[in-house]
Amino acid sequence: MTERRPTELEGQSPGGKRKGLKLIGTPHRRVDGMAKVTGQTVFADDFVAPRMVHMKLVRSTVPHARILRIDTSLAERMPGVLGVLTGESMPNTFGILPVSQDEHVLCRDLVRFVGDPVVAIAATTEEVAAEAALAVVVDYEPLPTISSVAEAIATPEPQMHDYADQGNIHKVVSMRFGDVDAGFAEADLILEDDCFFEGNTHLAMEQHATVAIPEPDGKITVYSSTQTPHYLHKAMTKVLEKPASHIRIIAAPNGGGFGGKSDPFNHEICAAKMALQLGRPVKVCLTREEVFYCHRGRHPVQMHLRTGFTRDGRMTAQHLKTALDGGAYGSYGVASTYYTGALQTVTYKLPRYQFDSIRAFTNKPPCGPKRGHGTPQPRFGFEVHLDKAAEKLGICPGELRLKNVVEPNTVTANYLKVGSIGLRKCIEAVMEGSNFKERHRKLPFGRGLGLACSSYLTGAGLPIYWNHMPHSGVQLKFDRSGGIAAFCGETEIGQGSDTVLAACIAEVLGVDLMDIRLCVADTDLTPVDLGSYSSRVTIMMGNAAIQAAERARELIAKAVAEKLELPVSRLVFADRRVFDAEDPEKGLDWPDAVIAAESKFGTLGTTGSYSPPRSPGKFRGAGVGPSPCYSYSACVLEVEVDPETGLYTVDHVWMAHDVGQSINAASVMGQIEGSIYMGLGEATMEESAFRRLPARLSNALVHKFPSLLEYKSPTFLDMPKMTTYVIEDPDPNGPFGAKEVGQGPLLPMMPALANAIYDAVGVRVDQVPIGPHMILKGLDDKAKGKPGRYGPGPFPAFDFGEPLDVPTLDEGGDGKATNNAARGLREDRGTMKIIKS
Amino acid sequence: MMRLPKFRFEMPGTLAEAAAIVAENPDRTRLVAGGTDLWPNLKRRHQEAGCVVSLAKVAGIAGIAGDGATGVTIGAMTTLAEICENDMLARDYPGFVRAVRSISAPVLRNMGTIGGNLCLDTRCTYYNQNEEWRRSIGYCMKAEGTVCWVAPGSSRCWATSATDSAPVLCAIGATIKLVSTEGERVIDLAALYQDDGIDYLTKRRDEILTELRLPAVGGAKSSYWKLRRRGSIDFPVLGVGAMLELDDQGVCTRAAVWLGAVRSAPVACADAAAHLVGKKIDENVVAEAAKLARKPAAPLDNTDFVVAWRKTMVERYVDGVLRELAGLPEKVKNPRHGIACV
Ligand SMILES: Cc1cc2nc3c(=O)[nH]c(=O)nc-3n(C[C@H](O)[C@H](O)[C@H](O)COP(=O)(O)OP(=O)(O)OC[C@H]3O[C@@H](n4cnc5c(N)ncnc54)[C@H](O)[C@@H]3O)c2cc1C
Ligand code: SF4
Repeated sequence: MTERRPTELEGQSPGGKRKGLKLIGTPHRRVDGMAKVTGQTVFADDFVAPRMVHMKLVRSTVPHARILRIDTSLAERMPGVLGVLTGESMPNTFGILPVSQDEHVLCRDLVRFVGDPVVAIAATTEEVAAEAALAVVVDYEPLPTISSVAEAIATPEPQMHDYADQGNIHKVVSMRFGDVDAGFAEADLILEDDCFFEGNTHLAMEQHATVAIPEPDGKITVYSSTQTPHYLHKAMTKVLEKPASHIRIIAAPNGGGFGGKSDPFNHEICAAKMALQLGRPVKVCLTREEVFYCHRGRHPVQMHLRTGFTRDGRMTAQHLKTALDGGAYGSYGVASTYYTGALQTVTYKLPRYQFDSIRAFTNKPPCGPKRGHGTPQPRFGFEVHLDKAAEKLGICPGELRLKNVVEPNTVTANYLKVGSIGLRKCIEAVMEGSNFKERHRKLPFGRGLGLACSSYLTGAGLPIYWNHMPHSGVQLKFDRSGGIAAFCGETEIGQGSDTVLAACIAEVLGVDLMDIRLCVADTDLTPVDLGSYSSRVTIMMGNAAIQAAERARELIAKAVAEKLELPVSRLVFADRRVFDAEDPEKGLDWPDAVIAAESKFGTLGTTGSYSPPRSPGKFRGAGVGPSPCYSYSACVLEVEVDPETGLYTVDHVWMAHDVGQSINAASVMGQIEGSIYMGLGEATMEESAFRRLPARLSNALVHKFPSLLEYKSPTFLDMPKMTTYVIEDPDPNGPFGAKEVGQGPLLPMMPALANAIYDAVGVRVDQVPIGPHMILKGLDDKAKGKPGRYGPGPFPAFDFGEPLDVPTLDEGGDGKATNNAARGLREDRGTMKIIKS
Repeated sequence: MMRLPKFRFEMPGTLAEAAAIVAENPDRTRLVAGGTDLWPNLKRRHQEAGCVVSLAKVAGIAGIAGDGATGVTIGAMTTLAEICENDMLARDYPGFVRAVRSISAPVLRNMGTIGGNLCLDTRCTYYNQNEEWRRSIGYCMKAEGTVCWVAPGSSRCWATSATDSAPVLCAIGATIKLVSTEGERVIDLAALYQDDGIDYLTKRRDEILTELRLPAVGGAKSSYWKLRRRGSIDFPVLGVGAMLELDDQGVCTRAAVWLGAVRSAPVACADAAAHLVGKKIDENVVAEAAKLARKPAAPLDNTDFVVAWRKTMVERYVDGVLRELAGLPEKVKNPRHGIACV
């Protein structure tokens, strides 16, 4: 079904793809590929240890309540039951962000959603543990429940968490970059839109699993399906009250993560506690239902956009409001909140920008980061909004976007530094491929094309907790046989990071991928890498790996040069040899080169590390959004809609992605296609829906269908034809010029579908997922002379107060807010100089 | 992973033995064929069993014999995959085969049987959930509870009939054979079902379905349209099975329209069928019949998609099936969702 255009290798600059690259940029076999396709990869659930016992969590069956009594006596009497834990055993809170340490491993007095863990039971078999879990009795005193942002605003008491900004509103953000009113005054057209993006979940194939193994000396080793072993390590240390050096976390290869395994989870810490208590290895494997309860998926977001345009299609200002339904805990929510506004400015020139946002606590599984973290929702709103503006202005939607593309090496209104930008090429590629100009607005009724673009960060510029240390470290050890061992905390979650690590080293040293032994994601053995999130691994680990390899190359070159009596500058590292560029016959095989270096310098080892450049913003909230570089995508999507039923089929997707430079061309293609797949699901059917029972009969508030069958996600048969374009516009900050590809290409799918449906049948659906009934309703309304729009009502009423004022660079700003004092904030310390471009 | 509860398991070699074991304690005993419905239900604990009797080793209740000229018998243990791959069935009973091909996905069709499909439990999103989830809504009438959350004032359960094969089989007038220690009987398949989400089958629990019989085809044409979200795996949200026989003049001599997944049993659209018989079939006749088909459908909010829209789809899909059978131009597109993907 997949139609492939040859990868387009364009726009190479000296800072990016260097001449003479051998492996980088080619499609090459993954180092973990054989194990994965032959079923030999050892996932966390595959771990078996002698005397291992099985653990189950008893989860809350009520959405919000005080725990009155926990009776485990029946369970404890069941043959085979070995251990029971309740919240009393772990008083310390944890959470991924230092500002929201709001979770207990097992709830102590309050439960906040159906699925919140209350008791842990360990038994000799999984069956016994499961039966015993069902036998635990918990008495609850019900509390009022909140199921939406509007309800959270209306229900400030009782507070779900006392650290919320106000009532049950976890976080309130309001910031204004530049004189927004003046911007709107300049506009010829001001457009306003209300949009809604429903929540959805990651749906990784592997359900979370953990095995905790106590050691005779009181230490503990934990194997877990986690994307962030380092952060899990920190959380474990805090909750178990053990020295970090006594806890070893090893991230097992993940069977998919997508952000769903980025938080430290209750079951992981609880398994360790249980193992320490019993003195036996403990395994816990979540059921699919429990994975839905762990969630941390896409926040449902309601949006209001207001944008000013000049007659010729330039934007003068934007005011974006977002309201996030956060679920029961903080998770990454504060970051998610900022992310629903931060990246609006990096695709199109927005000279002035205001962003207001709230995140509400609700009695549902906590939302968090899912592929695109916080940015797909406003991106959906923005790109649909632009489609409408293009029509109003009488400009082709592609032209409108091209007109506004951000210039490379500039700073945005909200102080994000944009480096390379291949968006223009992306737009041109998909417009040409789909014959957009000739076909858009001209296809027969029922068939339509939609265009949308996006951007994503290549690694968060700041770590999750404040520190000045590197974000990624790589250590290399050279064996005199020629083998290279690479140690790095990076975590393979299926995205191919192991292969990227090996490829960066192999390229610099001219060895084969298979010469490299990887030791990764082990908090005892490997230097810290912050984890597989925010599309940060390739750039940060890659740069660290290149540095370590280059340091080794320098040592080896010195030794070889001495031995061959040649200047270092003439040596080439390639084909597992180190040789004279002018006389390739003259040289040493790789093992001999290593021996020469070891003889000269002693045992060989090097390290490399990476920290992102500091960003120019110095206002409160400036930490979310900066990145060493941004990736760009553009998409055209073709849809066929049956006007009789509203059912539609996505026939073809053209997706161009500016990846800077491919490391592994096959993996890049895979990530783009995977993003199309995941985006298709979010656009067409995936939704984390909840049910309330009639209030007079019940207090229930449950996930509508925590199951793989009823939570609809596309199958192979639902996949469209895909044409992908890899645009290579190397960025000086990327390893070999590489930028991210794991998340960005997902984003344009949802708005492209909405825009295509409008082109097909003239119905505007301002929300996703788009159900056939919405289209049919729009068509019926149109037939009755109504507008033919299906979408949310107005943005919930909320007083954001006075925004934080940050004058833009153009207005002479320096990245600082001018009214910190008025907002009760202390003056932010900034050490960065503004880079005027 | 979710685990099965403990139960006694029997695997008899003959029908007589199987019938005898079931007769010991029919209320606490369950039959299992392919297990694609029973095992998940037991794991989620909304069905229970003291004893499970497998029909896998029972001799003589699998296989396909006969053809469209004389009629066909299909053993209850015949897998769905075998039906999908049978050329004779595809030629003579294309509507039936299309329905079977639309069931779940290839791996499940390799295990699932036609007998199991006909006896399939009714479904509801308040019911097909695990024990803990159901505990969190205080259960419901179909298992362990007292209230029907779909229709809280109702004294009955409205779980939907989910079998894809039954509507079209009822439309063509299929019969089944039931065997127990008390003997055997042959009944219309349509008579196997009743519109009650809990007691959805009329057969006694000790009766084993051993055979499905399809009548000779004659001049009848049959078809099945299925509405579901995705191209595979999904249960029907609406199934329309129809049979139409036209004479040389294009006048309808026999007709039947059955709906699946909109009540607790497959439901006949008698008015729609009556409207067709005796008329020369054109677009207007079909459209009127389709309108009449709406009435017997009672979709509720216990499966995928929005209720009001599903009701509209009944009319559009019946219109679509009848147009297809009458050779009229297509109006509603039978989307990818609607045709079984082979
Ligand atoms: C993910 C998934 C998707 C599915 N999608 C569909 C779908 O789209 N359409 C559809 O129709 N079905 C679907 N099914 C249901 C099921 O797979 C099929 O209906 C299958 O044909 C059931 O047959 P079985 O042999 O596996 O039944 P079993 O599970 O063995 O039995 C089902 C029921 O019938 C009873 N039974 C079985 N055989 C007999 C017999 N000979 N006599 C009396 N009672 C008997 C059992 O006691 C049990 O109650 C799906 C199932 C799953 C898990
Ligand atoms: S229809 Fe009502 S009683 Fe039947 S399963 Fe659903 S909720 Fe329960």
